[in-house]
Formats: sequence, structure tokens, C-alpha cells
Amino acid sequence: MSLRTRETIKLKLKINGEDNCFAILPGDRLSTVLRREGYLSVKTGCYTGDCGTCTVLLDGQPIVSCLMLAAQAQGSSLTTVEALAQGSELHLLQKAFLDEGAVQCGFCTPGMLLSALALLRRVPHPSEEQVREAFSGNLCRCTGYERPVRAVLKAAAATEESSK
Amino acid sequence: MSNSGEQQFRVVGRNLWRVDGRQLVTGAPAFSDDYPQRGMLIGKLLGSPHAHARIRAIDTSRAQDLPGVHAVLTYKDVPKARGPIGRRTDLFNRVPYTRAGQDYPEPSPWDYFLLDDKMRHIGDRVAAVAAESEEVADQALKLIQVDYEVLPAVFTPEEALKTGAPVIHNEPDVIYVKDPQRNVCSGVDVQVRDVQAGFAQAELVLEHSYYSQRVQHAQMELHTAISYFDEHERLVVICSTQVPFHLRRQLARALGLSIGRIRVIKPRIGGGFGGKQEMVIEDICAALTVATHRPVRLELSRFEDLTAARSRHPMRIRVKTGLKRDGTLIANEMIALVDAGAYGSHSPTVPTNTGNKNLPRYRCPNVHYQFEAVYTNLPVSGAMRGYGTPQGSFALECQMDEAAEAIGMDPVEFRLKTTVRSGDLDELSPRIYEVGSSDSAEIEGWPIASCGLQECLQRGAEASGWSEKRQAYAAYNADKPLIRKGIGMACLSQGSGVAGIDQANATIKLNEDGSVILFIGAADIGTGGDTVIAQIVAEVLGLDLEEVIVYAADTDLVPFDSGAYASSTTYVSGNAALNAANRVKADILKIAAELLEVAQAELRLADHQVIAAQADKRLSLQEVTMHATYVLKEQIEHTASFVSPVSPPPFAAQFADIEVDSETGQIRVVEFVTAVDAGTIVNPPLAIGQVEGGVAMGLGQALIEELVFDERGRPLNKGLIDYKIFKATQMPKFKTILVETYEPTGPFGVKAIAEIPIDGPAPAVANALKHAIGTRVFELPLTPERVLRALDKM
Repeated sequence: MSLRTRETIKLKLKINGEDNCFAILPGDRLSTVLRREGYLSVKTGCYTGDCGTCTVLLDGQPIVSCLMLAAQAQGSSLTTVEALAQGSELHLLQKAFLDEGAVQCGFCTPGMLLSALALLRRVPHPSEEQVREAFSGNLCRCTGYERPVRAVLKAAAATEESSK
Repeated sequence: MSNSGEQQFRVVGRNLWRVDGRQLVTGAPAFSDDYPQRGMLIGKLLGSPHAHARIRAIDTSRAQDLPGVHAVLTYKDVPKARGPIGRRTDLFNRVPYTRAGQDYPEPSPWDYFLLDDKMRHIGDRVAAVAAESEEVADQALKLIQVDYEVLPAVFTPEEALKTGAPVIHNEPDVIYVKDPQRNVCSGVDVQVRDVQAGFAQAELVLEHSYYSQRVQHAQMELHTAISYFDEHERLVVICSTQVPFHLRRQLARALGLSIGRIRVIKPRIGGGFGGKQEMVIEDICAALTVATHRPVRLELSRFEDLTAARSRHPMRIRVKTGLKRDGTLIANEMIALVDAGAYGSHSPTVPTNTGNKNLPRYRCPNVHYQFEAVYTNLPVSGAMRGYGTPQGSFALECQMDEAAEAIGMDPVEFRLKTTVRSGDLDELSPRIYEVGSSDSAEIEGWPIASCGLQECLQRGAEASGWSEKRQAYAAYNADKPLIRKGIGMACLSQGSGVAGIDQANATIKLNEDGSVILFIGAADIGTGGDTVIAQIVAEVLGLDLEEVIVYAADTDLVPFDSGAYASSTTYVSGNAALNAANRVKADILKIAAELLEVAQAELRLADHQVIAAQADKRLSLQEVTMHATYVLKEQIEHTASFVSPVSPPPFAAQFADIEVDSETGQIRVVEFVTAVDAGTIVNPPLAIGQVEGGVAMGLGQALIEELVFDERGRPLNKGLIDYKIFKATQMPKFKTILVETYEPTGPFGVKAIAEIPIDGPAPAVANALKHAIGTRVFELPLTPERVLRALDKM
């Protein structure tokens, strides 16, 4: 029934740079395990891969963690939003989201931040179209996407500034 | 009247980070499901497979015997009533209630039971299970044996009204239902003067019927609740609600507990849009805790959330308009047939708004509004952003375009001529709210104090390139090209809270460093309500936003508030906070006056200081508060209240620039302009976000969203894969213009903004479609199929 009474698998993986080892059930979704282990930035809004609120980076690539069995993440390296801020210093993307009013209810925000992070690592100075394309797996019902898109463009511009 | 230059604000009107921003961008615990309890069980619901059925027999023994199952509840386990039920004193068996989160006594029918032996829509609650894991709970649901007597079902109001139609609420113990034997849930019939006389005087009379479909909130966070008994045997419910206090009261009723034994905690909410102005799952989740004495988590699946929670009322609205050839409106009549779904919920009030948030926008002496909301065996229609207004605005704004066209007048010019101005009266609303269905001529109208609609129309037309595009597209379309172009518009009005009913309270406690703790019952559901209310308090007390610490919506800690609905938060709850802040300020000034030995009237509070300008004396706020705490031995703390006798309407004009593929029927919205008068804007990015988000949701209603059912009432949208909402790649270019007016009854001049942006996209796009293809589509959504039919290509 529960982890205490069932045969479990040992899952070893890196999350936000730290080694972890969890006891999981064979049928556990990755999103379920992450939430159970306290990575609460990983949200769940559908369990069918449609909404993107459970987005995490798997070896740098955004994936929907509800559609992956936790066991399939054996040995991989994950990034969640918990990794973005350094202590109390927010990441540029996080600041830009707040500056631009890109956060309303905030439920889709972690997934959007990670999609944006993956994009900016791949394309440091994206076009608006590229930002929208990067968000195509993240549904948001509050913002109409305009402010999140602007926030990513602003963060990209700020990165450019700071690297000059 | 513009406010700029009259008052200089320090905090109000500024682009400041939301007070919950850091929490939300770091993924810190925030939402109901982020607060699991030790030993928590998983709750699940068994939904009815039939649209209309009675349980002949139900056997839960196999489910109950499954290891790990702690409770299986059916209608047999429903708590018995302890006293008289409403006005009825003869029924002491089970407790009828409404789950619609409204003030007491709710205007809604009490037609719901915690669990019942009759099923009224697919997905209606048959049984509830609490088990040690999701897996076991799912298995237990499969082991429940139900023998159903399947009853004939009805899926449209028209069918439900027919003589001999199956009666959906034929149980003897429902109350406050208008005419259960006819399936009529609720209705209103109000008239200002005499429309028939008006039609007789008119030079032109137009009559059309418009249909708005059933759409769903599709908020990202599913309905989620966690309930448990705390160490004092009090029932705690952490849940995704817009109405913590109404929920607490209704829970007490449903479970037979006293209100004081229940604590409702509203954490951050992952989108509400009205869907959470309702006790969708909290009653049954808490019942499982009562049954097991264990913490229980209940989260709907997306399928349950889409198809068995709440959705927007489908409406067919007949609009009849009489006018003169110069554009003067003589009579406007709207008659709405409303699909209430299986339970009454918000059906008495939502369709009321359909009339009274739309018709008073026009200067028209004779007005008639009538609706009948009818039960069907479909999911429950409930509150949804706009609360009946979008259905009415679709009908009326399309009709006004038809009227303009009939007399050969430009649609914007027609609105400039016919819509209300500051100082006009809303004669319809008081007839609905104050006297029900009377058409008494002596009733005084509600004055419209601030109205920026003219400016919205002018600035919106300018920003959208209205005049040029209107002409250019007409010329361009004349050759019938593959891609047709159109520009259409609509003007809108909404309200700021429910007049005379919504109540808010705020408590402010002063810390000895001058910072404050603000306790509010207002329910921020993602709109930024906590932030704008804190900005109002910071403004009054001369503080920075960071110095206002907000505790919101834990019923044990904060004073009563009606909750987040009817665009009430900034106006109603903001006013309560303003009043409380003014009392705290008065205390501060009184103490400072004594310390500075100047008259209190000469003092002002600004920028962390109490300043006596003439005497050139000043004290820091901290000096005053330390003195109060440690010398005077006083805790400065105030609670203040606010109820508004009026509901000042915000106004807007919206413009859609579209392209239509005449071969596929596909509509693409290229640009969408909103000019909105919401009074003073407290936080511009948050306000603009409300507009853009509302427009996106409204475009979904205009173009792609609809819950559809098969001939047996089974939902065909299984999830977000086939209930599509727009993605980032599908958005038009947005232009948003904040037309600031000053609403004298609002805190610092504010009015509401949350709902109005959703009212215009459907009529603006429909009017643009007419401009593009020359034919009107009267039904939503404006699918390629409907467009092709309108083009005679299907």
C-alpha cells in the first residue's frame, strides 16, 4: 500500500546539483516522487502532460515530469526551480517575472521559469517568437502569456547588459 | 475626471512586486497541496456513469474490506439534520444545502445533499472513499457495486421545460427552488417603463437570438482540499477556495458542526475565475475526515474538474431593440433562457447580471429583462469570471452593431451617441436588487458617479486604427480574397462588488517599529488582491510596501470578508483596509500631537515620519510607536468594515482586428485593443495582467472553447488535450490603455478591473467577423464550421 509495506526500488539521481537516493514504487510518476521528497515547485495540474506545470529540466531539457516514471530518471540530473535563487538573491528570470507582472496565481510559474531557463541557455538572445515557442508546453490561464514573454525578453536583455 | 496632479501617491499607482511574489517564483510551499499532513489518507469520489439515475442498491462491503481502506461513504451515511431546515419545519431527515459561496441567506436553491441516492449528471457524487494510497482508493472505487435505475434525462432547457419532461429535483426536501416540477430553478422579470410602448414608438425594430456555450474555468490548480482535526479537535480545512467564510458556514451546515469548530485556511490559489466560489469538494473531503478521524487529501482529476465541477451557464438570449433612424434608442429587451445544469448553484444570480451589467450601459428609456434558469442533466453551471455578463454582452453588443448597421451609422459613433455618461442613472439594477420584479416608477436609479466610457471608445478607436481599417478592410474584402479582414468592437460595463451585500473587514496591528500586520479576509486567488490592499494601507500610513505584512484568509486569524467574487477585492476589501488604516493613522497622529505639542490637524504622516510642517517639527514613525508601546503601554490596533450601497461600474471598449481564411473558416485575431476605465490604478502591471488574461480567456470563449456532450450526456472533453485553451504561440498582439477616472466611493478612486476584460472578446470578434465576411454568426464559439456555413461553403 505505502512505501513502508511495499517492495521498493532505489532511485539515485542528482537534483539541483545534489546526489539523492529515494525509495520509490515501480509505478511512481517522477512528479509524484519529486513532490513527495519536498520539491514543491513541481506542480501537477493534469497528470496527462498537457498543462506543463510539472516541467523540470532533465539533463538540461524541459520535460513534463508527470509523464515520466520516476524509475526512468535513474542516474539522471534534474533541475527544479528551487535551484534558481542563490540564497536570498533571486535569479534574473525570477526578478524579471516580478518586475513585469508575469506572475498571477503563480501555479504555472515554476514550469515557465524552467522552460525559459532552458531556452536562454540554448539561445541567449531569443526572438519573441522563440520565447513563445519555448512556452508552448506551458499552459497559463491567468496572464495571456504577454507578461511572461516580456519578462523573458527583459531577462535576456539584462544578461546581455551584465555580460558587457 | 482625471486624478493626475490632484494627489501625489507614494505607493499607490506604482509598479511594485507582489507581496507573495518571492514565494511564488521560488516554488516555496504556497498552494493547498503543498501542506500535506502526517498520516494523511487519499480521498476519491465515485462519479455517476448515468446522467439521470436512482440508486436501487449499493454494496460497499468489498471496498470496505480492502486492506488500506478507511472509509466508504454513500447517501446512507449523510448526517441527519438537528433542527428545522430553512423555512420548513417538517423535514428533519437530511440536510439540504447550496454549495454556491454567497452571503447568508444564500439566494441559491438548497437542492444539494452531501451524498444522495439520485444522480443528476454524469460525474455526480455516488460515493466517497478514503484510503492509504491513491492506488488503493482507486481499487476501492472499482469494488463498489451499484445497481442503478436509469431515468430519462434532458440536456437542454427547451427539452426540460416540455410538459412531461423528467423532473430533475422531484425530491420533497429541496427548498428555495422556483418551480421544481417544471424544472425551473430561478427567474427574474423586471421592466423599466414600458418596452411595448417603446417598440410602438420606434422607427425600426430589430430582433435576434444569440447563443453562448458552456465553457470552463480550466484554472491550472485542480480543486484540492486537505482536512484534518487539529490537537484541539477542531476541523481544519486547507483548500483552494475564493470564499473562506462562506465555505466555513456551509461546511458547518453540511456536516452538522458548529461554525466555531471549523477553521478554513486559504493559502495561495492556483486560479479561481469563479470556479472556486463554490464548495465543490470541501464538504465531502471533511466528511471523510469526520468518518476516519484522519487527515484526508482530496484532489479532483482534470477530467472531474472539467466535467463535474462548475462551468459557465449556456444561454440563449433573444434581444429586441427599438430605435430611431438618428440612432436614438427607444426600447431594449433581453429574454434569456439559461441552462442551470443539475443543481441550482449560482443560477438565481448569474443570469441577473446578464441583464443588469449590460443593459444600463445604454441610454434607453424602456428596458425589459427577463430570464428563466432551467435544470438539465448536465454539469452544474456556476460562477465564472464575468458572472453572466459575457453572455449578455455577446448578445447586446452584437445587437448594437446590427442596430448601427441598420441605420447606416459607424458602430463606434453609435456607441458614443447612445452610451451612458457620468451622472446618468442605472434604473435597472435597483429594480432587481431592491424590489425584485416590480416595475414601480418611483424607484430611484443608482447614479453612475465615474464614467470614462467615451474616452475608452475614443482612445481605443484611435489605438486600433479603427476608422482607417474599417474603410480599408471593406475595400479590400470587396474582391472576395482568400483571407478576409475585419475589425470589430464592443463596449462593456461590469460592477465593483455586490451592492449592499458584500462585506469586508480589515484589522491592522501596529508593530513598535512602525511596520504593520494587516489581517484581511479577502481571498487573493492570483489576482494580486493582497498586494493592492497592502499598497492602499502603505499609502495611508506612509510606509513602504514591504512594511505591510499581510495575513489573508485564515478564518481563525482574520476578520470576516465575503470573499473574492464580483470584482470586489480592491474596491470592497480595499475600502475596509483604507478605513482601518485611517483609524490607525488617527491614533498615531494623536500621540504625535501630544509629543510635538502641536494641534493634530497640523500633522501629516508621510515617508515614515509625522510632520508638523508649520512648526517645522517632526518625529519618526518609530519614535511614536515605541512611545505608544513602552510609555503609554498601548497596542495600536483597529478593525474597520466596509459595505457599499453601490457597485460602481468600470467601463471598457475593446477592438478586435482579425483575419478570416475563407476556405478553412479559420479566424486569426491579429491585434486586440482594450481601453478600460477602472478608476485609479493601484498597480499597473497587475492591472494590465488582469486585462490581458481576461482577453485571452474571452478569446477562448469566442473561438475555441466548449464543453460538449454526447446524446447520453457524457462529456467528450476528457482533459486539456481536448478542452483546448490558447497557448503562448496563439495570442494576438495586445494593446491595453488604462483610462484613469476617479471613483469617489473607491479607495483612492479605484474601481474594479478583474472581470470586465472577458466581456468584450466574443462580441468584438463576432462583429469583426461580420465586417470581414458580411454575414453574422449568432452562436459561440465562432468555429471554422460555423464560419464556413455563414459563407455558404458547408
